[in-house]
Amino acid sequence: MAATSHPQVITDVEALRAYPALEALLAWKPEAVQSAKLDRGELSVYIDRSYIREACSVIKAKFNFLADVTCADFHPTEPRFHLAYHLLSHELKQRVRLKVAVAGDDPVVESVFPVWPSANFFERELYDLLGIRFLGHPNLRRILMPEDWEGHPLRKDYPVEGYR
Amino acid sequence: MGHMNYVASAEFTPDKTMILNMGPQHPSTHGVLRLLLEIDGERVVRMVPDIGFLHTGIEKTCEAKFYQQVVPLTDRIDYLCPMINNLTYCLAVEKLLQLEIPAKAQWTRVMLSELTRIASHLVWLGTHALDMGAMTAFLYCFREREEILRIFENVAGQRMMTSYFRIGGLALEPPLDFYDRVRKFATIFPERVDEYEGLLTSNPIWKERTIGVAHLSADDGIALGVTGPSLRGSGVDFDLRRDMPYTGYENFKFNVPVRTEGDVYARYLVRVAELRESIGIVKQALDSLPEGPVKADAPKVVLPDREKMKTQMEALIYHFKIVTEGFAVPAGEVYQAVESPRGEMGYYVVSDGTAKPLRVHMRSPSYANLQALEKMCIGKLLADVVAAIGSIDIVLGEIDR
Repeated sequence: MAATSHPQVITDVEALRAYPALEALLAWKPEAVQSAKLDRGELSVYIDRSYIREACSVIKAKFNFLADVTCADFHPTEPRFHLAYHLLSHELKQRVRLKVAVAGDDPVVESVFPVWPSANFFERELYDLLGIRFLGHPNLRRILMPEDWEGHPLRKDYPVEGYR
Repeated sequence: MGHMNYVASAEFTPDKTMILNMGPQHPSTHGVLRLLLEIDGERVVRMVPDIGFLHTGIEKTCEAKFYQQVVPLTDRIDYLCPMINNLTYCLAVEKLLQLEIPAKAQWTRVMLSELTRIASHLVWLGTHALDMGAMTAFLYCFREREEILRIFENVAGQRMMTSYFRIGGLALEPPLDFYDRVRKFATIFPERVDEYEGLLTSNPIWKERTIGVAHLSADDGIALGVTGPSLRGSGVDFDLRRDMPYTGYENFKFNVPVRTEGDVYARYLVRVAELRESIGIVKQALDSLPEGPVKADAPKVVLPDREKMKTQMEALIYHFKIVTEGFAVPAGEVYQAVESPRGEMGYYVVSDGTAKPLRVHMRSPSYANLQALEKMCIGKLLADVVAAIGSIDIVLGEIDR
């Protein structure tokens, strides 16, 4: 393809150590960082599921703003759900994406609501549309779909036209 | 969405307070927002926003479409700034494809984005003033918005659902008189902003209704995910156009208006100042408009010109391939954020290497900004709730998606 080149991907944690987000996480707890990836200029760091809330509160010193929490469903591969926490630093003018992989039979993650109250709606949306449960969320109810809705529409095994 | 329930699910004290249902058909909720208000006399004790009435499952629909077919869906998310939504999605997919966009397309994108921002701010200003009883400003604002919509119709063939930005550039070369019309508008617009300001800025009733009302501190704003003019009204000097530039914004000079008061009046002043900055950017884009193509040189992604299709075999083949089977996007994930009139509009696009996106998530600014509404209104007067809703400039289309 003429104007498209294959994007360069760096997955070596040592080579990416200079990035402030990764540096802070490695200085805090190296075993929490599962892997890191620089793809198309965006840094993604996979965090062990049990450490995500602590990792957020550690990294909050530099990356002060939680822009978004979202998730992609990679059904039928496992781990099925890949959550993405998009953090922004107003001071460094940088972004980092923290990722957590969660298996389909146990879609439970600790809520980051105690760290950023803005996670409230984002996590409720994920619970509503993808069925991910957040431990420690104060009000984990459906937000977009009706309260008596069955199923989680954004899951890949939920048909686009719904059940009829 | 709790529209099945008539009262909030949490308990309340019936002898002292009452539950008041505001919306979803209330004109001051700017769409179909429903608020459950627990009030003690005139004071708001508790507020529960209820959303989802406009939920149409756009994110799910995107997963069943080819990459280029998603563009018209993005218009319908935030119907007040369609071009900026087109832009964000296109930038995200272009980042996945690592496409280089020609300078003329980038400049035109900037110009149209800023016109969209003006149109959106005009709707905000008109309806916000109308909510507070100032009818005249509404008529003035819609006069200029109409002119912008005519420009959109001229360039894209549609007034509101433009879909003019496509993956790889623009849909078409702009028509011959387009740049002249934009220049004419850019010359008259600054005096029109003076007219709006003459009606409101030092109007004692307006000031009485807005100064010190619905206060939001910078720390609360950041903690609750507030972005855009609502956060800049609280003293956080951050604008994605300047601080993390995209689509060539680094080539333009503009100020980022910031106020530290954090009340409705501060947010009003920030947005009105943004109107002036935006028209300045439009003028710069007109003056420094580069020559060249408006589409990237990527035949497998960008539809060929009609002329070429009639004369060249390859062009016809590429056209057939793109329309029938789309184009494959290399696997990966990107998050692209732009400064929409309401704040950080972000698109998270995940590709698995096929012609359809695995996941398109829209991080809409109104969705996050709505969380701050409770903070602004608790303990304040019921009448100020209307001012607070207007001041965060929500669009329910992008909240519910």
